[in-house]
Amino acid sequence: MASLRLLLAKPWIWSFIGALLVWLATIAFTGGYGGGGMITAALSLAVFTVIVGVGQMFVITLGPGNVDLSLPANIGLASAVAMKVMDGNDAMIAVGLLAALACGMAIGAANYLLIWALRIPPIIATLSASFIIQSIDISYGRGLQIKPPPGFADFTNWQILGIPVLAILTVVFTIGAAIALQRMIYGRSVLAIGQNIRAAWLAGVNVGRIRFLTYTLSGALGGLDGALLAGYFRGANVDIGNEYLLASIAVVVIGGTSVAGGKANVPGVWGAALFLVLLLTMLNTFGVSAGVRLLLTGLIIVGVITAAGGQKALR
Amino acid sequence: MTAASVESGLRGAAERDKLARARMLRGLLPALSLVLVLLAIAWLNPRAISYFGFSLMLNLAIPIALATIAQMFVIAGNELDLSIGTFVGFVGCVTATWLKDAPLIGVLILLGSIGVYALLGALIHLRNLPSIVVTLGMSFVWQGLAILVLPKPGGKAPDWLLSLMAFKPPLIPFPIIAALLIAAVVHFGLMRTSYGVILRGSGGNAAALERAGWSLLRTKIVLFALAGLFGVLSGMALIGITTSADANIGNGYTLLAIAGVILGGGEFVGGRVSPIGAVLGALTLALAASPLLTFMHIPPDWQVAANGAILIIVLAARVLISRRER
Repeated sequence: MASLRLLLAKPWIWSFIGALLVWLATIAFTGGYGGGGMITAALSLAVFTVIVGVGQMFVITLGPGNVDLSLPANIGLASAVAMKVMDGNDAMIAVGLLAALACGMAIGAANYLLIWALRIPPIIATLSASFIIQSIDISYGRGLQIKPPPGFADFTNWQILGIPVLAILTVVFTIGAAIALQRMIYGRSVLAIGQNIRAAWLAGVNVGRIRFLTYTLSGALGGLDGALLAGYFRGANVDIGNEYLLASIAVVVIGGTSVAGGKANVPGVWGAALFLVLLLTMLNTFGVSAGVRLLLTGLIIVGVITAAGGQKALR
Repeated sequence: MTAASVESGLRGAAERDKLARARMLRGLLPALSLVLVLLAIAWLNPRAISYFGFSLMLNLAIPIALATIAQMFVIAGNELDLSIGTFVGFVGCVTATWLKDAPLIGVLILLGSIGVYALLGALIHLRNLPSIVVTLGMSFVWQGLAILVLPKPGGKAPDWLLSLMAFKPPLIPFPIIAALLIAAVVHFGLMRTSYGVILRGSGGNAAALERAGWSLLRTKIVLFALAGLFGVLSGMALIGITTSADANIGNGYTLLAIAGVILGGGEFVGGRVSPIGAVLGALTLALAASPLLTFMHIPPDWQVAANGAILIIVLAARVLISRRER
């Protein structure tokens, strides 16, 4: 009983409860049919949101005003870069992944360069950067119809006993991210900056370097996500990252990370990502139209943030 | 008076002079960027600088300017609206359907949507929510509603709106007159009236305003309602020009409007915004994104990048000027 109360006090538990409720509602609707398949599909899709969500979480934790709006453009460009470098050739998978990572890291570094050199709010810096990245992607990826190498496509869809391998790897990655956040100097510095940037600076935290690393990390994760998405959906696409702007911010907020910075929550990102994916699955199962689906998704996000509420502010 | 104090007084005056110059330069930056873009266009294609040329090039500038003003009101209160683009699209869909077929219901829907904006302002203030997340969620709501109102591109603008937007005044093209009018009205309302000062103050120093007895809830509601009002005007103007609607028609406006406010000298925090600058910024973006690139023979792929590049260049110029201010 005491342990249950302890569990309920965790900010991340609510996102998992939400995901569970949505799943139960859906299988109640289908009469128990397809419940397992739904979890497999949800895990495969949630992976992509979790990867960018963790990047966004580190950025948001840096404090008010910190947010990476360039993720969708970043994902789009990295997906094109990965597909071009791999060129459908199994031998080039690792090189392609590295190229996508490098592309994302370069974007993240450029973001921080703009923030630092122009002394502008990160929202504006990542926004201007995303304008330019988008154009590069449109120009570079025009008519790009390269399929991912078969080995890579199989890898992104590979399952063991109904559990996607990519999801297992992502769980390992998020455990690493949680350790980095709570137990390593880098993560503690991010939290310290988010709580009080001046105090962190006075305490000897190299604020500039930590912020640079965080934006680069977010960029790198965006790049990796782009490559994986292109593998999973069998091809790159300019619009492949579009939904991840809202999704990356939403999972961070729903997952119990403070939008005011200084307080992050890694497990919540998983719960929130599963919640969002299962929610879409549920609405699709109910057979609602595209308009109603968008409407309900928006209302639920506004509703959840209103219920969670209470802290300021992402700017 | 001793010589030393006279000297320090003189030095103070010189400092003040330098500061005032830098501040003026900063204030002129939006106008300067517009003039530069106009000069480039004139140099590349002199024939574009004509009554007809301006009417054509600035065709879409009116809805962009209105959406930018909408975003400016939100930014004045230290918030950010990531849903203005899909809201403009929703208004467009209502304009091309209900407002033409059943004007009374159409007007009610549009008034209701302004009410929703006002409620959002109240919600954000009362629950202390991050506006960026709330409006990101709302962008889905507006988009969903737009698709429900108009599942397929189509509809038709009401005739009175079409004839209004096709208005051809003598000598000066309509978009320029409209831009001047919008800038003048909003400038007067926000910069010259006493409640305008209160509205900007809610972004500048909320605590002080509250101590002085002003309701912050009310300022936030008013700012968001004004954003909704100008969003409605923007959507209607857009449909008056394009004649028919599409649920995705306004999507690009969200980022364009933020860029316009910042280009126009607005700042993200502190209630420092400029209506005239915002309109100038919107005109600059409207001109630079497509006519200028076309005249430079740059493929339209780079249209979005041009917006980003202009934003970065102007912000860099601002940093250089601010450095002199110190």
